[in-house]
Amino acid sequence: MSVRVQREDFDIGAEVRRLAAGRTDIGAIVTFTGTVRSENDGGRIAGMTLEHYPGMTESELARVEAEAGKRWPLQASLIVHRIGALKPGDNIVLVVTASAHREAAFAAAEFLMDYLKTSAPFWKKELRPDGAERWVEARQSDDRAAERWDRRK
Amino acid sequence: MPVRIRYFAWVREKTGKAEEVLDLPAGVGTVAELVIWLKGLGPEYAEAFARADVIRAAIDQAHVKPTASLAGAREIAFFPPVTGG
Repeated sequence: MSVRVQREDFDIGAEVRRLAAGRTDIGAIVTFTGTVRSENDGGRIAGMTLEHYPGMTESELARVEAEAGKRWPLQASLIVHRIGALKPGDNIVLVVTASAHREAAFAAAEFLMDYLKTSAPFWKKELRPDGAERWVEARQSDDRAAERWDRRK
Repeated sequence: MPVRIRYFAWVREKTGKAEEVLDLPAGVGTVAELVIWLKGLGPEYAEAFARADVIRAAIDQAHVKPTASLAGAREIAFFPPVTGG
């Protein structure tokens, strides 16, 4: 179980190998990678900057990860989130979940992303090709995605 | 008692500062009361907190509601709804 906030890119294969190294109790590994789109709300994106709240970010990610560990039998999990300046196509976030069976790994990965999007203190600022900047607005659909896990609790 | 106030994203841009240490007057006991008091500090604060219903808060790095008490708080943060992931 670990969380990381970093400027550098991540290597999905290397992260999965490290997480599973020396273990034979894992039967299913799910990875989710979020990347920067070149278009959002009908406009072209030249890049984006990710700001965060150092300290609170790590504690919120750890809280969300611990909650997933309570709900599903996970052998391991990992959250890596990038900050700083990113370009279209760049990786933003990686979630890896490992369990004995796929159901828990799939569900926990989705839960981690849904919760992370509504509670971890990150903010995206988009840069348009003409140099204009715009803070990304939170989506109601993300709130609903997180709320459906509350109903299942 | 002095409290560190931190601002993020467009709240930071509108107030023009990332953080400051302020002495809160008696009578400012909740997050909502602090927002009202901050709005009176100057036009940049009034602008930053104009959409007070949208702004989220954290006390000592944990999410809180506007009704949360400031008693014992060391660090209070204001920011827009989060957009990571």
